[in-house]
Amino acid sequence: MNWKNIVTVYLKELKDSLRDRRTLISIIVIPTFVMPALFFGVGKIAAGVVNKAREEIPSVMVLGGEDSPAVVAELGAAKKFKVVATAPDWKQQISDKKVRAAIQLPPGFEAGLKVGEAGPVILYNYEGELKSGFAVNELERFFRELRDRTVTARLAERSLPATLVRPFEFKRENVAPPEKVGGNLLGGIVPYLIIILCFTGAMYPAMDLTAGEKERGTMETLLCSPVPRVDLVLGKFLMVLTGSLSAMLLSLASMGISAVVAGMVFAGGPGAAKAAGQAQGGAGLIPIIDPMGLLGVVAMVLPVAVLFSAVIFTVALFAKSYKEAQSYVGPMIFIVIMPAVVGMLPGIDLNLRLALVPILNLSLVCKEMLSGVWHWNYIALIFGSSCLYAAVALGLAVKMFNREDVMFRA
Amino acid sequence: MIEAHHLTKTFKDKKRGLIRAVEDVSFTCQPGQIYGLLGANGAGKTTTLRMLATLLQPTSGTAKLAGHDVATEADQVRANVGFLAASTALYGRLTAREMIRYFGQLNGLSDEAIRARIKLLADELDMHEFLDRRCEKFSTGMKQKTSIARTLIHDPAVMIFDEPTLGLDVMTARAIVKFVRECRNRGKTVIYSTHIMSEVEKLCDVVGIIHDGRLVAEGTLAGLRARYGEQDLEEVFVKAVGGEAALAAAAKN
Repeated sequence: MNWKNIVTVYLKELKDSLRDRRTLISIIVIPTFVMPALFFGVGKIAAGVVNKAREEIPSVMVLGGEDSPAVVAELGAAKKFKVVATAPDWKQQISDKKVRAAIQLPPGFEAGLKVGEAGPVILYNYEGELKSGFAVNELERFFRELRDRTVTARLAERSLPATLVRPFEFKRENVAPPEKVGGNLLGGIVPYLIIILCFTGAMYPAMDLTAGEKERGTMETLLCSPVPRVDLVLGKFLMVLTGSLSAMLLSLASMGISAVVAGMVFAGGPGAAKAAGQAQGGAGLIPIIDPMGLLGVVAMVLPVAVLFSAVIFTVALFAKSYKEAQSYVGPMIFIVIMPAVVGMLPGIDLNLRLALVPILNLSLVCKEMLSGVWHWNYIALIFGSSCLYAAVALGLAVKMFNREDVMFRA
Repeated sequence: MIEAHHLTKTFKDKKRGLIRAVEDVSFTCQPGQIYGLLGANGAGKTTTLRMLATLLQPTSGTAKLAGHDVATEADQVRANVGFLAASTALYGRLTAREMIRYFGQLNGLSDEAIRARIKLLADELDMHEFLDRRCEKFSTGMKQKTSIARTLIHDPAVMIFDEPTLGLDVMTARAIVKFVRECRNRGKTVIYSTHIMSEVEKLCDVVGIIHDGRLVAEGTLAGLRARYGEQDLEEVFVKAVGGEAALAAAAKN
C-alpha cells in the first residue's frame, strides 16, 4: 500500500467527480438544497393541511334522540360542529366524507340522565381520517362537558362539594433542558436522515467509479498502470466516502441554517425563535439540539459511512454498466431504510443484541446521544462493531477488485 | 523482450462449461521487432495480450516481459509495458494533459519529468492545439493521439497493441501504423494483434497465426508464404487455420 498512489487516484477521482453533473447533484445539490426544502416544505404543507382541517366546522348527524330534545337542541347550538339532517345512509355519508361523524343517542337518554340510568352514547367516525378524527374529538369534548355538568348539578342537589369527585388537581412541568427535549423530538428523525443521506451520497460516485468506468472503457486503461490494485481501490473508495460524508454534512449544515432562517422569518428573529423553542420545552420552531450529541452522532456515523461506501462499491463493481449497477444498488436502499425506521419507533431500546445489528444500532445510539444519554459501553461496542463491519466490507471490495471474472465480466 | 511459454487460459461458463480461450501458446519477441498476432475474432488474441499485460492471470504457463514474470511481478511488468487497445478509453471529463499527467503519476514519474515528457510527446504527436481540452469533445484522431501519449508517458520497453485501428478512419489508422513502426525503430519490443492482413504485411517482422486459442503457425512473412505456397497473406492464413470450414466452425463457437 502506497499513500502517494492512493492520494493520486483520490485527487483524480475527486476532480473527475466534481465535473460530473450526476454526482454533483447527488452529493451537493440534493443534500444542500432539495433535502431542506423537502424537510421544511413537507412540514409546512402538513401543518397547513392540519390547520385547514381544524378550521373546518365538521358536519355531524344525530341518530335517535327524539325523546331527548334538550340534548339535541344543545348539539344543534354547538359552534364547533354542525348538526345536519339525519339520513338513512349515514354510514355511507361518513365513508364518502360528506358527514364527518354521527352520534347515536340511546332511547330515553334525557330521562335516564335525570335518574342516573342513561345508556351509552355511541360516536361513529371513520378511523384514520383526519377530519373525522377532529369531529369525533369535538363530540367527545361536548359529552364530557355534559357529563361534568350533570355530575356538578347532582352534587349541588345533594349540597355536596365538587371536590367530592375531584379531590385534587395535578399538572405537569418540564425539568428537562430544552436541548434534551429537542434531542428526544429529533432523536429518531436525525439519525434516519443521516443514514439515508450517507447511503445516497455514496451511491452515484460508487457506481460511476466502478460500473461507469467499465462501461466507458477506462477501467481497463487504469488497470494497465503499475499501481497495485489495493491502492486503486482505496483511492476510489476514498472518493465514494467523500461523497457519502459530504452529502451528510452539507445536509445537516443546510438544514441547520434553514431552521435559523425559518426562525428569523416566522418568529421575528433567531432569539425569538429560540425563545419560542424554549418556551415550548424545546418543541418550538427550532428544537434545540445538544451540540455534543450531534458531534457524537457524526463520529458514530463515520464507520457506517465507510461500510456503506465499501458495500455499494463492491456491489456496483459486479455490474457491467451504470444502468445495471443502478438496478443492483437502488433496491439496497430498502435494506438500509428498514433498520433506520425500526430505530425511530418508540419503545425499542438499545440492548446487547441490538447493539450488534448494523444501522439499527446506529439509529438507536444516536437517539440516545441526542437526548443526552451516553451509554459508553454500548457506544464503544457499536463503534467497534461498525468499524469491524466496515473493515470486512472494504476487504471484500479489494478482493473483488482483484477478481478478473468481476473486472472483465463478459 | 517478450517470452511466452505454454500460455493457457480457461474460463468457466454456466452454459458452455469450461472454455479454453488460449491453449499452450508459446512465442518470443525480440527488442526492435514487431510480432504480429493474426487471428479471427474470438481466436484468443485479446486474451493472450491481456495475460501479457497482467490484466488476466494465465491458468497455466508463464510469460516474461522485459525480464519480469507476469504472475509474480505483475506491477513491474506493467511499469515496463504500454498497452493500447480499442477497449482502453480516455477519461472524458479530464483534459488530454490531465489524462497523460495522471498516468505519468501512476507510473511514478516526477512532476518535472512528466512536464518534459508531455512536451516531447505533444511535439511528436502534434497535440498542442487540444492538449488542454476535455477528451469527451475529441475527434477519433485526437483520442488516439492522446491514448498513444498515455501509453508512452513512462517510455516503456514493451508495447502491446490490441487491434488499435479497429473502427478508425483511414488517416487515423495510418497514423497508428506509423507510430507502431516508430516504436520498433526506437528499439522497443512490439506485439501487435490484428485481423487486417494489410497491416500485418506493412508492419510485422514475425507473424503468429492464432486459431481457436492455439498458435497454429509462426514465422516471417516470407517463411509462411513459402510454407503454404501462397503469396496472398489471406490465403496463407486460411490454409494455416485448416481451411474455410475450420474458420466457420470457430466463428460458430
